[in-house]
Amino acid sequence: MEKENLRLDEIIREENIVFHKTSLLTDKVFSYCPGCGHGVVHRVIMEIIEELGIQSDTIGISPVGCSVFAYDFMNIDMQQAAHGRAPAVATGIKRCWPEKYVFTYQGDGDLAAIGTSETIHACNRGENIAIFFINNGIYGMTGGQMAPTTLSGMKSSTTPYGRDTMLMGNPIKMTELVATLPGTYFVTRQAVHTALYVRKFKKAARMAFENQKLKKGLSFIEVVSNCNSGWKMSPLQANRWMEENMLAFYPPGDIKINGELIKKT
Amino acid sequence: MADIKLMKGNEAFAEAAIRAGCDAYFGYPITPQSEVLEYLTAQEPHKRTGMIVLQAESEIAAINMVYGAAGTGKRVMTSSSGPGISLKQEGISYMAGSELPCLILNVMRGGPGLGTIQPSQSDYFQATRGGGHGDYYTPVLAPASVQEMADFVRLGFELAFKYRNPVVILSDGIIGQMMEKVELFPQQPRAVEFDQSWVTTGKTPDRERNIITSVDLDSARQERHNQDLQKKYQNMREHEVRFESINCDDADYIFIAFGSASRICQKSVKIAREKGIKVGLLRPVTLFPFPAKEIKKLSKQVKGMLCVELNAGQMIEDVRLAVENNTLVALHNRMGGMVPTPEEVYHALLQKFSIE
Ligand SMILES: Cc1ncc(C[n+]2csc(CCOP(=O)(O)OP(=O)(O)O)c2C)c(N)n1
Ligand code: SF4
Ligand SMILES: [Mg+2]
Repeated sequence: MEKENLRLDEIIREENIVFHKTSLLTDKVFSYCPGCGHGVVHRVIMEIIEELGIQSDTIGISPVGCSVFAYDFMNIDMQQAAHGRAPAVATGIKRCWPEKYVFTYQGDGDLAAIGTSETIHACNRGENIAIFFINNGIYGMTGGQMAPTTLSGMKSSTTPYGRDTMLMGNPIKMTELVATLPGTYFVTRQAVHTALYVRKFKKAARMAFENQKLKKGLSFIEVVSNCNSGWKMSPLQANRWMEENMLAFYPPGDIKINGELIKKT
Repeated sequence: MADIKLMKGNEAFAEAAIRAGCDAYFGYPITPQSEVLEYLTAQEPHKRTGMIVLQAESEIAAINMVYGAAGTGKRVMTSSSGPGISLKQEGISYMAGSELPCLILNVMRGGPGLGTIQPSQSDYFQATRGGGHGDYYTPVLAPASVQEMADFVRLGFELAFKYRNPVVILSDGIIGQMMEKVELFPQQPRAVEFDQSWVTTGKTPDRERNIITSVDLDSARQERHNQDLQKKYQNMREHEVRFESINCDDADYIFIAFGSASRICQKSVKIAREKGIKVGLLRPVTLFPFPAKEIKKLSKQVKGMLCVELNAGQMIEDVRLAVENNTLVALHNRMGGMVPTPEEVYHALLQKFSIE
């Protein structure tokens, strides 16, 4: 009863605030669907850059996909890349500014279909960059078509009866694949649909930036995420479906740390 | 003392790149331009000037590395030939859209498809009409000697940064492969201090973030952006036309040819003059912007113009547009790696214009 009489400005007091929005996110309203993982990943990456105090030395690359306008939300210098080419763009930037922090932000269509070659070769050259790979098993931006990561039997607008692996091949595990390359230094798979997973992802994201100082190779962070619009589910349903199906096929956890494989791939 | 060397066109281009203070080169092997990457890796320019040389996994990757590097404000370049240049078109379009400077060398070979590794000029349309998707142009320089393969590196970078636009050097297998004397300009330092107001360096508190992008879904803004680009191209048309005219003043007939074809025509002019026929040569040095005004002027004083091209007749379309039916325009062309002799061109002139 008493609660209802409280005024807003009495609640929003410094000592009551448990969450600060990082100044590295702009005030522009996210273009993402409510419940989409992209926004959380954006926030965590920006928090890390703020906490490490490296805004003035960081350049990000946005892909083609739902996160094409990441530069509208991230308050850092950015370059927008052609579909799939972000790792090559990052290579060009990093070779010119070897002391700066460079990261790409890419969807699964971008990174694992059209950009497979650029991904593998940037990893193989051991470019000292970080790749954030947001795997939602679908082409979100273009309206929910099949991605290389789409699960077997999973429906999409181009696999309306479910992915037939005899016709369309099997879902590809890019993260396990790049872990086998000597050029990768840190390879991990994360998620962001619960607070616990967000905390773990944040730790991994921090490592991806800190590793760049070591110049020992590429950090590759997959984030298994949802696409409730593309999956035609409510945000809650989507997260549940993701837990049961996506995480079963794409198990979270570190695969390679400090250049050493710690999990059999 | 002048620094004179005997070099292949491709090597002169590569040496000039180091000397021009180029910051980075990203390439992929393809005949007839592989000497560029080979020469650069042999020279180890990271030791000479700190220049970065990287063999990419494809032409697509190479041009996107150029895109990234150009966004940092550095002087960057790539080189290739037809099949590879086709792969680069998406990236060139992105660079035109995001207004990034860079230098792109195309050492043309015959097409279509895998075609032939022999010289050709069949990428004229592709180079002078933008090449990729969307409404854009790039300045196109056509070297006709090993000397110009070297000199156009400096000129190319100058134009690229003046207009913040990709610049294409449209060479061919003859100019790239032949050896000639070349006077090399002295080593210039790489730029340490350059305009960083628009480039990605990492956002500092004193400025807004810098963004390199070509996408804008707001149609009104996208139209304005396109109008601004068109203004820039118009500016190029008004200020950057370059051509060479040889014996044109008293000429009755004019050859119009660029690159290696113009070298052949130089000899044909001599043959014709020896026979008492007044022939001149107009060589477009910039293919975009095209020397249309000069050609129009000449068209009013001559009896005919013969376009000589190593393709199916591409530049002739620009010549016809410029001439506006003031005079006869004819074509002598070879394709698929075939190259005409000066005598062949001379006889074509006699035949096309019924010269007795
Ligand atoms: C060369 C090219 N081909 C196709 C497209 C169309 N396209 C835009 S986004 C996209 C798929 C993006 O999917 P993903 O990378 O998984 O990102 P998401 O939207 O799911 O985050 C495609 C095919 C394009 N922009 N460019
Ligand atoms: S379409 Fe999917 S990936 Fe794109 S914003 Fe919506 S939920 Fe996110
Ligand atoms: Mg996706």
